[in-house]
Amino acid sequence: MPEAGRTDRRGFLADALRTSGGFALVGAGGFLVGRRGQEELQVWQLDPDKCTACGNCATYCVLDVSAVKCVNCFDMCGFCDICTGYFETNYWSLDTAAENQLCPTGAVIRRFVEEQSGQRFYEYTIDGPLCIGCGKCVKGCALMNGSMYLQVEHDRCVNCNECAIATACPAEAFYRIPANQVEIVKQSAIGVLERRGRQQLREADEDPQLREEGESLLARAAVQRQWRARQAGWDARQQGEEAPRGS
Amino acid sequence: MVARERLAPLRGRIRRASALLSWAAWGTALAAVPARASDIIPVPDFTDYRVPISVPPAVEHPGWEWLSVLLLALALCLASYLALARRSRRGVYALTVACLLWFGFFREGCVCPIGAIQNVALALGDPGYALPASVLLFFLLPVVFTLFFGRTFCAAVCPLGAVQEVVAVRPVQVPRWLDHGLGLIPFFYLGLALLYAATATGFVVCRYDPFVAIFRLSGNFNMLVFGAAVVLIGVFVGRPYCRYLCPLGAVLAVCSRASKWHVRIAPTECTRCRLCESSCPYGAIELPTRPLPSRMRPAARTRLATALGLAPLLVLAGVLVGGLLALPLARLHPEDRLAERVLREDQGLVEGTTDASEAFRNTGRPVEELVADVLAIRAGFRLGGRWLGAWMGLVVGLKLIALTVRGKREDYLPDRGRCVSCGRCYKYCPEEQMTLGDLREQAEWESAETAEVASP
Repeated sequence: MPEAGRTDRRGFLADALRTSGGFALVGAGGFLVGRRGQEELQVWQLDPDKCTACGNCATYCVLDVSAVKCVNCFDMCGFCDICTGYFETNYWSLDTAAENQLCPTGAVIRRFVEEQSGQRFYEYTIDGPLCIGCGKCVKGCALMNGSMYLQVEHDRCVNCNECAIATACPAEAFYRIPANQVEIVKQSAIGVLERRGRQQLREADEDPQLREEGESLLARAAVQRQWRARQAGWDARQQGEEAPRGS
Repeated sequence: MVARERLAPLRGRIRRASALLSWAAWGTALAAVPARASDIIPVPDFTDYRVPISVPPAVEHPGWEWLSVLLLALALCLASYLALARRSRRGVYALTVACLLWFGFFREGCVCPIGAIQNVALALGDPGYALPASVLLFFLLPVVFTLFFGRTFCAAVCPLGAVQEVVAVRPVQVPRWLDHGLGLIPFFYLGLALLYAATATGFVVCRYDPFVAIFRLSGNFNMLVFGAAVVLIGVFVGRPYCRYLCPLGAVLAVCSRASKWHVRIAPTECTRCRLCESSCPYGAIELPTRPLPSRMRPAARTRLATALGLAPLLVLAGVLVGGLLALPLARLHPEDRLAERVLREDQGLVEGTTDASEAFRNTGRPVEELVADVLAIRAGFRLGGRWLGAWMGLVVGLKLIALTVRGKREDYLPDRGRCVSCGRCYKYCPEEQMTLGDLREQAEWESAETAEVASP
């Protein structure tokens, strides 16, 4: 036993080893974190361009009702009377009766907006609490404009370290993204968001709310462009790296 | 499948109709719009209706992970203090329950330090993954604390350990040979989990976490059954997950062996009274050793020499076998399975398509590219498999050596690797009772006796 206040050689070596080990661990960890300059929390999102609306989102989520729900990007929507995301392919009549609806829970809400030269336009909104994320409407809508898409809702997702849906996703569409990025939208939606944003800014004049909305739309689009570009960069680099090794 | 086939012609018709319509009406306007513009029916020009904007819901409580990190650090300090300085089993237990409620039921289990190992491994293996600092701290804090105080994290902070600590009401002693044998599994599991995380295949530890379903009070059937089974076993076998499965437990066991301070059974001096012998439900108390009779020494020496010689051979065998296991190991990777399926479909070996193969074909990516990708993944697994095999060989080799070495122990001491510092043994020690004052009468009696002897 070492005397009080003094350490023997063995104790000194052990202390040195421990301290240097601790510093090495922390240093290596700090390097790992600092290398990519990422300290934000990460959240799950799916890439709607890859999504095939297979229905796994509804069944594989650890929550009783999936955290994945349908979103309608109104600026891509055609406001069609015969909505392929709303009506069964063999509907009886163009009304809101349950047997005509594609949605098993009646979560798509159809509301008349306007009639122009004999054409009737309807707005389709998603009732969040009712939606179970089965993707039936998404599949239907994909026949036309594809404005409806599935997405992980942050306020419901419990952010599992390994997302059960991501594991089951046949299209490998799930990504971890920094929480401040908030979302992944369709590639085609980026331009749509930008146009809408610019339009809002043009119309804004003195209306601060419109201006704010327009600016936030442009910011959202910019973040999306960044992410797509970075993702493409990663994919290219990975293939560039791996191709010679694989061949 | 049938529905899809029925839909196909309809889809085509609608596409064509919509394309025709849009070209006729808005052809020139749409020419400027890129990508699939011909398919899109534009938003009508409404007179007095503003097209709404859908905004994604904000991330709830973005600062909560930092609160969790802070609480983790605090809980680790408190656990170390309670277990080592205060020697309070009651305090440790109270902290265990508190951590179970917060980290388990309230925060619902993610991210936990056990899973965080995989995030670190993924950050090492995948250039596209950025490791959040909070997740790194979740991994580092328990490791660093263990380097100084032993496995106090396991005792009082880990929510998974807490579930088992609470249910361990009728623990039986696991036979030593079985305990040692099963105790190797966490090291294997650790190697496997690191391999799968580093190859970006998946987080197996999270996938087979028995308790997360209990914390969330929901989960798929397999998870619930596994969780219930582990809890049931845990009633009779102390901490089955910690001892025989937990990969972080393996890491911390190694760190704990080198820890600066560690809990002791006796607060002052061990009198070898044997009272604590069966107090540990986790089989972590090492008995004092007796010197080996001289006639048995040559045999022991031979055993040690054999074990020492065997260790490098085991590592070598591990490397060889690990290289062979690359293909089965790679099967867990979704892209490997996908490529297999696509190739079999192309060769007509299987009928129909799966969701995955259909999704792949819809992307229009060439099969050759997928195959090249998978070959790269398999090459990664060939290398990783060798490392995994070497690691497993090393673990077995070191275990054999450790089993043949008879340490010199005069006291009843906790096995630093296996002891989780839960403090169950404290009260069994009469020295402890004496310092607490529970045995004061006897102490007084003894002192009175010595005074009598000394006085005349």
